[in-house]
Parts: sequence; C-alpha cells; structure tokens
Amino acid sequence: MKEYADKKIESIRFGLFTPQELKKISVAKIITPELYDREGYPVDGGLMDIRMGVIDPGLRCKTCGQKLIECPGHFGFMDLARPVLHINYLDIIVNLLRTTCKDCGRLLESDEKIQKHLKNLEIAENEKRTKDKEKIIRAFVTKLKNIKKCPHCQVKQQKVTLEKPSTVLADGKRVTPTDIRARLERIEDRDLVSIGMNPKDARPEWMVLTVLPVPPVTIRPSITLESGERSEDDLTHKLSDIVRINQRLFENINAGAPEIIIEDLWDLLQYHVTTFFDNAVSQLPVARHRSGQPLKTLTERIKSKEGRFRHNLAGKRVNFSARTVISPDPKLKFNEVGIPKSVAMELTIPVRVTEWNVDWLKDFIKNGPRVYPGANYVVRPDGKKKKITEDIVEVLLEELQPGYVVERHLLDKDISIFNRQPSLHRMNIMAHKIRVLPGRSFRLNPAVCTPYAADFDGDEMNLHIPQTEESRAEAEILMSVEKHIISPKNGLNVIGSIEDAISGIFLLTKDLELKKSQAVQLLMSIGVYDEKRFKEFKEKVSGKEIFSVLLPSDLDFIWHTDKNDVIIKNGKLTKGYIDKTTIGEGNGTLIRSLYSKYGDETGIEFLSSVFKLGIGTLLKLGFTTSISDTDLPKSVKEKKAKEVEKAYERVSELIKEFENGKLEILPGYTAEESLEIMISEVLNKVRNEIGKQVSSGISEEGNSTLIMANSGAKGSLLNLSMMAASVGQQSLGGGRIKGGYKKRSLSVFEKGDIGPKAGGFIKNGYKDGMSPTEYFFGAMTGRDGLMDTALRTPKSGYLYRRLANALQDMRVEYDSTVRDAEKNIIQFKYGDDGIDVSKSDGGTINVKKIIAQIKGK
Amino acid sequence: MVDVYKQFEGDLPVPVIEEVKRQAEENKLTSAQVKKALEETKKEYEDSLISPGESIGIVTAESIGEPGTQMILNVFRMAGVAEVQVTRGLPRLIEILDARKEPSTPSMLVYLKNEYTKNEKNIRKIASFIKQMALEEISSEFSLNMMKGSIEVTLDSKKFRDLGFKKTEVLEVLKDKLKDINVKESKNGFVLESSKGDVDLSNLYKVKQKAKSVIVRGISGVTQVLPTKRDNRYVIMCAGSNLKEVFKMKEVDAKLTISNNLFEIADLLGVEAAKQAIINEVWDVLENQGLDIDVRHAMFLSELMTHNGVVKGITRGGISGEKESVLARASFETPLKHIVNASLRGEVDHIRSVIENVMINQPIPVGTGLPGLVAKIKDPKGKKK
Repeated sequence: MKEYADKKIESIRFGLFTPQELKKISVAKIITPELYDREGYPVDGGLMDIRMGVIDPGLRCKTCGQKLIECPGHFGFMDLARPVLHINYLDIIVNLLRTTCKDCGRLLESDEKIQKHLKNLEIAENEKRTKDKEKIIRAFVTKLKNIKKCPHCQVKQQKVTLEKPSTVLADGKRVTPTDIRARLERIEDRDLVSIGMNPKDARPEWMVLTVLPVPPVTIRPSITLESGERSEDDLTHKLSDIVRINQRLFENINAGAPEIIIEDLWDLLQYHVTTFFDNAVSQLPVARHRSGQPLKTLTERIKSKEGRFRHNLAGKRVNFSARTVISPDPKLKFNEVGIPKSVAMELTIPVRVTEWNVDWLKDFIKNGPRVYPGANYVVRPDGKKKKITEDIVEVLLEELQPGYVVERHLLDKDISIFNRQPSLHRMNIMAHKIRVLPGRSFRLNPAVCTPYAADFDGDEMNLHIPQTEESRAEAEILMSVEKHIISPKNGLNVIGSIEDAISGIFLLTKDLELKKSQAVQLLMSIGVYDEKRFKEFKEKVSGKEIFSVLLPSDLDFIWHTDKNDVIIKNGKLTKGYIDKTTIGEGNGTLIRSLYSKYGDETGIEFLSSVFKLGIGTLLKLGFTTSISDTDLPKSVKEKKAKEVEKAYERVSELIKEFENGKLEILPGYTAEESLEIMISEVLNKVRNEIGKQVSSGISEEGNSTLIMANSGAKGSLLNLSMMAASVGQQSLGGGRIKGGYKKRSLSVFEKGDIGPKAGGFIKNGYKDGMSPTEYFFGAMTGRDGLMDTALRTPKSGYLYRRLANALQDMRVEYDSTVRDAEKNIIQFKYGDDGIDVSKSDGGTINVKKIIAQIKGK
Repeated sequence: MVDVYKQFEGDLPVPVIEEVKRQAEENKLTSAQVKKALEETKKEYEDSLISPGESIGIVTAESIGEPGTQMILNVFRMAGVAEVQVTRGLPRLIEILDARKEPSTPSMLVYLKNEYTKNEKNIRKIASFIKQMALEEISSEFSLNMMKGSIEVTLDSKKFRDLGFKKTEVLEVLKDKLKDINVKESKNGFVLESSKGDVDLSNLYKVKQKAKSVIVRGISGVTQVLPTKRDNRYVIMCAGSNLKEVFKMKEVDAKLTISNNLFEIADLLGVEAAKQAIINEVWDVLENQGLDIDVRHAMFLSELMTHNGVVKGITRGGISGEKESVLARASFETPLKHIVNASLRGEVDHIRSVIENVMINQPIPVGTGLPGLVAKIKDPKGKKK
C-alpha cells in the first residue's frame, strides 16, 4: 500500500492528434460491429476487444496484462472509408477555406501585410495582452474573408458557405471532405501562425478525420441486467453504428457502386461521426435509443453540472465519512461532537504500531470489529490489508509488531471534521473532538448552530475522519471551532450564547440573589469548582458574583449601551447586566475581549461555561412563556384603539384632500404617488406608537416573553406588540397592497378604495385574532416572502459560484502582496494595511481599548 | 510629540497612527504613555497581520457570496420616503459584479457649488435645467393639419412661462433637431412643415412623433430630478445618468458629483475612479441591506475587477474567461469551446491554480499547500542531480 505519489504532473498540453499518432497509440483496429461471440466472449477487432481494456472481473487485458480496475484502458482506432469533418472544428475549417486561396493555399493577403500583422501580434504577445491578440486576429480574419482575388497567384476566389449542419459549399457547389482536406493540406505553416493556430500541435487537415479513435472499453462499460442480458453503453451503441456504416461504405466502394449510393452512405457516416461527438447539433436529428431516449455521447458527457468537469473532476467522493441527523446537547462543549457508537465502530483511524503502543493496540484487536473500542483492519508492512475476524485474531495478535498499522475504532478526543451544506463560508466546515455517545444521531452544542446555520428540524450533517498525522494536525490547528469564533466577514464573533443561555445569564446578572448554598450548588452543577472564590461568598450571593467566578481574575472590561453600563474590574462584574450585546453572537463584545486577551482556549472554555451557567440558572428558576405574557392593561388597549382610530381618520382626511385637489404634492412625484407615500407614512407611524404603548403597558415582572426580548435571547418588542396589539401594515412589492386592474385589493372592498383596510393594514394582534380580510393580506405577504426566498437562492448561488471561480486562486504571497495563479499582482497589501479581518476586532485595531488600558494602569 | 509618531511611520499604517494620535489627544496622554500606546498598537497590529498563503480570494468570495443568500430580491423604495427609484439588493450587486455597460436604473448625485445653494428656489431652477424636457411636456396640443400638410404645436403657456422658456430659444433647438422640416413661429406655438413640399400622411405622423420627443432643454437621459439635502449640502438626485454633460454646467461641483454607471466613470475619470466607484456601490448595497461586511472584501473585489486597467466583470467574458489555465476556464463555463480553442493554439496548462490541482489530486498551491521543501537530492547512484 503506497500512501504517496512519487510523480507530479507538471503540465498538460492540448493539441490535435495526427492520423499517424492515433494509430501509434492505438492497440486495436476495429473492423467488425459484432461485440461478443456465441460464448459471450469479446470478439477480436470488435468494439469490446479485450486489447482495449477489460470490464469483466475474470478477464485480463491483452495489452497490459492487468485486471479490472488496475487496467486504465487503451485506445483503438478505425480507418474511415472516406474522410469526415469533425463537427467541433467545422467553423474553423470554414473560416480557413474563406481566408486562404483555393489554388495556392496562401492567405489572401500580400506578404508585406502579413508581416505587419505578425509584428502586431508579437507586440501583443510580449505585453501579455491575450485578449487583444485575439481581437487583432479576428479583425485580420474578417478582412481576409472579403478579398476576392488571391494576391499571390491572382486566382479568383469562390464564395464559401456553410449549409448547416455540415455541408460546405463553394459558389453553391458542394465540396467533399476529401477536397477540403486537400485544400487544408496546402496551407503553409507560416500562414497558420497569422491566424492564431499552432502548426506544430494543430495542422488544419487533422480536423478532417481519416482515422477515428475508438475510446477504451473502460470508459464505456456495459452493464449486465438481472435477466443476464447485457446492456451496452451509449457510446458503444454509437460506435457500432459507425463501424457498420463504415464497413458498408468500404464494400460499396470496392464493389464500384454508383456515386449516389456512395455519397448517401458517406453522408450517413458523417451523421454518425457527428453525433458520436455531439448529439445536440442544431438542425441535425438527435440519435436515439430504440426506446426514443436520446443517446448521451461525448459532448454531453463533458458538459454542464452533471458533466465530467463539474461532477467528477471538480467534485470528489470520499471514504471515512458519515452522515446522519443532528440533535442538540447543551452539555457538550462547543468544540465537541457526539457520535453514535455505531458510527464510531465503522469509521477508523490508522495507528502505526510502535514498541510503546503494541500492548495498547492489542486490546483493540482482541475486541475485533464487533465490540466497542475495537479495530477493523490490520495492515501489514507489505501493504496487505487483513480484516480482523474471529478466525485470525490469534494469528494477528501473534504477528503484530512495529511497522504494522492497526485501523482502530474512534475514541473520545479524536479529531473529526464536521460539515453542513450548503458550505457557503468557512465556518460551515470545522474540526470537532469526538465524543462517543449512545443514540443514533450526531449531537452538537446548540450554540454552534449559528455558524453552521443548522437547526434540529431534521437537518443532517456530515462527518469526516482525517487519516494522516498531517491532516489531523492541520484540522486541529486551523479548523477547530475555537479558531473560528471570529468571522473573516466582518471581524465579529459568529459563536456566542444563544436563546435560553442568554435569558438565564440576563436574569442571573440583573438582580438575582441566592443563598450561599444555592450559589455553590449552581456552580458545581455546571462543573465549576473554585474553592477560593466560594470562600469569598457571603450569606447572600448576588448573581453578579456568581457570574464573576467564571471570569479570569485580571479582566477589565467596560461596555456602554443606552440602557446598560457594564463594568468588570479585576474579574468582577460590579455594574450592569450581561445580555446579547456582551455574550451573544454577532456583537458579543465581552467574548471578543476575552478571546483577544487570553486566546482561543480560554475563550471557548468561558463560552462553554457561560452557556451552561445560563441554562443552569433557568433550570433553577423555571422559565416559561404563556399566552398571558401578551395580556395588556385595559388602558393600553383603549389607547391602542384610539391610535388606530386617529390614523384612520388622518388617512381619510388625506384622501379627501386629494379628491379636492388640495393635497400638497411632494417634489418629483405625481399627486397619486404623493398620497400613497403620505398614507404609508401615517400607517407606519401607528405601529411605532402602538409599540411604545405596549412596552409601557407590560413589565418584566413574570413576563418571560419580554425578558427574552429585552435580553436579546429571542424575539423583539415588535414581535410582542404584534401578538398583543396590532400586526401592522403588510407590505407587498415595496408598498401597500394595491388594487390592480380591478381597482380593489379584495372583492369585499369598493372600487377605488385605498383606505387602510383595503391597503392591508392589520389593526388586530395575533392574540385577538384577525378579520378575514386581514388574514388574507397576512397570507399574501407570507406567500410573497416564500416566493422571494425560492427565487433568490439560485440567483445568489450563481453569483457565489462565479465569485468563487474568479477568486479561488488569489492568495497572499510571502512579500505580503496579493497575487493570482500567474503571479500577477492584484493588491500590494491586502486591504491596504495587511490586516486579516478574522484576527482583528471588527475589522480594525482597537486603539481605544489599548489606550484605555494604558490609562488605567 | 510629533517625533514619536514619526518613528512608527514605517511600522504602522498611517490611518492607525492617526487614530492613536486622535485618541491620545482626546485622553490627554503624556508622551511616555503615547510611546507605550504606539508600541502596544504595533504589537497588536503585527498580531493581526494576514499570514502568507492565506487564500484570501475564497475568503472574499465567501464574505460576499454568503450574505447574498440573505439579501432581499426586489427592493424598490422605502415606504413613506421620497426618493429616486434605484435598483438595490441582490439584483444591483449582480449588476455591479457583471460590470454591465448600462445599469438598469442609472442615476446621479449632482452636488452644486456653494455659491448656488443660497436659496431653495435657485436649486429647483438648476434642477429643472438638468431634467430633460421634451417638446411634448411644454405643449398642450399637437394637431395635424391635413389640408396644409403641417403640424400645429400649441404650447402650454403656463408651464412655458413658469419654466422660463423663450420662444426663440425653443425655435432654435427645433430647427437644429428637425432636419428637412420648416419650423415657423405661430401665435401660440409653432408650425412644422415638410420642406420638401410633398404631403404624406404617414410621413407627417412620423414627424409629429419625432417632434414630440425633441429635447428642448436639459440633459439627455435624465428623466427625473429630486433636490434634497444631504449632510448639510443641497444635492440633486437624478434618475438617468450623463456625467459628461452635467460636468459642463457651471453650477455643478464636479469634484463631488457622482454617477452609478461604472463605465461612464471609467471613461471620464479613469480606472482608479471606477475602482473607487465599485467599492462605493458594493458598500452601498450591503449597507442598505443592513449587512455588516468588512470594506476590505469590497476593496479586493474592485481591485480584481480593475487591475488590468479596464473594468471587467466577474463573468465568463471577464475575469473568469481570461485565466491562463485551460482547465480552470473549462471547469467554469462552456468547457468544450475552451478545449477546442486550446487544441488549435497548442496551449499548455502549467497546473498552477487551484482547480486543476483538485482535478488531478495534487495539493493545491494555497494555504498549507503553498510551502515547498528545498533540498538537494542525491541520485541513488551518487551523481548529483
């Protein structure tokens, strides 16, 4: 078993095959359309000839002597009875005929002008302006096409036209491929350079096929159906058509058949060869199976998303991977992933046997593949892989010695790579440490859902196990969760506390007080044991003190918002409360502070324990939301009704003004537009007003919904006011809901009604319930939103693909410049200052913090 | 004090030094503290420098591509706010990155020189001179006189006066724009007659349509103007873009006036200006969508789009189609075309970029795949290679 490649591909050259070359690389001449003889053995000189490779398990390739899988396959060839045009080169052939003399084969331009043109090309070449070079050539060619007389031999030129799909006419008369080939042969090498061809790699006459390469059997394997019948590949079908017609053409020519018959057969040969290369040529009937399904020939194999390039070459399949449903486990650390035992026993890690671990590894082998920490395979130094079975366990244990490799089951703390599609940014694939757990799903801490954009409504995720020391080291150092807390998108943290953890910490740090015993119990329950700090506790312990236990003792931190001033001094939270703005995802300032000062290990440790503490607090306190959270006092309800009433009146006033022509017209708008804008303004204002009323009418006391909104855990005041008071204006296509052709949004309204109701204003809240029309408008905007997402995904997906494709080669060089694959400089310094956003604080260096620190000392 | 900052000039980027200076003055630091602050900043700066080999291209693509999925598809205008309609959101982003010759909603922000912004009336007047005005807009009637074979244009006298037109002025424009037509002044408008003398109804009708759309005043292309105040300066937002003509107006502050048409900017102000315009436009879209993305990504993208001296889109006709590697181009779009052309030119792919190495299962030349080992390898036979 070789683990490394000792040869490296340095370059790949593109060019055309000469007929001689083709014959040279070929191992078989195909002469018969028959595939198998009566015993089912491939016929010599047939399309499944075993000199071209084997697809049957038992057989050996006649050329290289290797078996199936090992033999890469070898080309064969077919002598065509008459030359045939290659469809992909047809345009170029026609262009060449138009630009060269029919007699002498020179370009239709005087030598001086050709020289001048060549000089231009050389300049463009030296300056590396490839696009310009193409342009110069194109202009030169178009000029040549219009020249009627050869400047070299003074012969009048014919007008060459192409009759689709593949007939070339000169002055309306047909030119046979044989004649075309003869003409192309006459073109001189030096003239080819002028039109951008490289005569060494592509002589024009090679574009007219006289020998057809027959692809190896291995790329067109036949499949055996259940009935024992063989079903051949599309390419084999096409090739056998070609062989059949080719043979018939040969016979007819030899028998001296009339010209018409030969020409018909020749056309048929052309058709089959054309569809062999491309089965979607316009104006050519598509070659089909007997069932009527179009054949998938060479071009179709290469092209498009499912083609060779994008499906097989740019996208690869791997071993040592697993996929299953994910579920949450808040007790896991952020950088852990829980995997089922069944997965741990299937995926393995190869461990090389040394003097020091022989005994340890023997235990695994003893357990075998069926008992958990076991092993599945033993690899001998000569590369022989042995599956561990009960019969050979003893033998393997006996012979195990340094140099062997044991593929053992996964253990806790092994490195794995965890991924969720669509992999849109690099945090979609991160390294986690394994925790083998009972159950059948992958488990992850709910806080790492954010970077993966995962939820637990049935999402599945993939797990990969790196197999070499190098890859494990790379994964651990570069891909670990703790290395990706700060996003390269904006320098903010993508991982932070979420939902209940935030609510819990918020309640804890706001104004909670616990008895000493309760406080210690709470901390111990999340695995924090700090005797020194516990001793400092008095009889009553504030939530702030409990939180401070998690902080490093030399941390200083200040954070201001409108409502909240957080001050942490010497690792003690003295003022303010902790909420989403300090430990949440996105703008968790405290997290970034810790991260930059103490590094990622401490950072992730802190995050994990904060998360547990938050949830622990909620478990102790109890936390629930109920419908009574949206109860409003009567006074607020009345005020809300009044606000709505007022807005309705204002709208009808506006409409009246408009009808009387007294409405003040906004600059740059018509009267109707002005009215619409003003109505929207009034109705949007109501929503804000109602929001204010609601927040004044509800208190945090016993209202979990409001606590969640205020702490930033989930939801907002707006959501609350939508439930309690009014859903508000529904907007569709950037404005209120319009009447359309019938001048009314729903048939319950009068024609021309543009009042708040007909425009989609929902005055009721979700709890009170909506009227039928309101409900309908709510559904309308809901549907609009769904459509928007459905239409947006492919658009943004394509944009992303184009971006990734154009930018994938750009990298920072050792001299700090940013260059592409050809080493062209794109930027002298990344971002003009060389700062890596994912190492920065919100994209900048936090000078303020540094100065505050210096001043503090 | 100044000397302390000078010492760090090579080590720290200028904006950072300036930020330290500003903050230091604000906090009244002593010179010893300033030095300390600068040293600390330098340490922090060196810690946050980007590592060589970082595949910054992919990071940029991710940073712009991923938020693309969150953008709203169709954003018209905010309800209740008076604004010129501009394409925003994902469609606009696609438009910028495609480097389309003409944006779907071209627009300009015209800044006026200070001396012309004294009163609002004046600004409205200037705005009315920017907006293109067709003859149709200032006339009340176009009637065909079949007997005489002429078109009688009746002017909307109120509008005509309000906008400060002069009949002779309009007459000149009409004479200039309408060839083969005799334009005569009449009592309350103009009379248009074919100069050739033949009366053909369908021809006359064509002339009528042509006359309607003759631009008698303003800058062609500008269909809507909206004077507003922005950052304490009066600006005129215009739908439609024609920088070249606007710059000719004496009231316009050409230093500040901008368009959203990248090619117009590139042609008129050069590629560096276009580069900055791309940054601004991309930034505008992202900010408008409430997405927080570092400027560096927009900067890098615009550098890439303009690094050859012309604006090129991220399309198969632009950046992606000009890669040196045949396989890289073929793997993106239209693979067959690229392979056929490569075979004719005898192109050689040196397998230097990422995608080809992925194709042939070799390490990719970015990140940890970039460093190589330099070593003298002895031939087994003992000869030096």
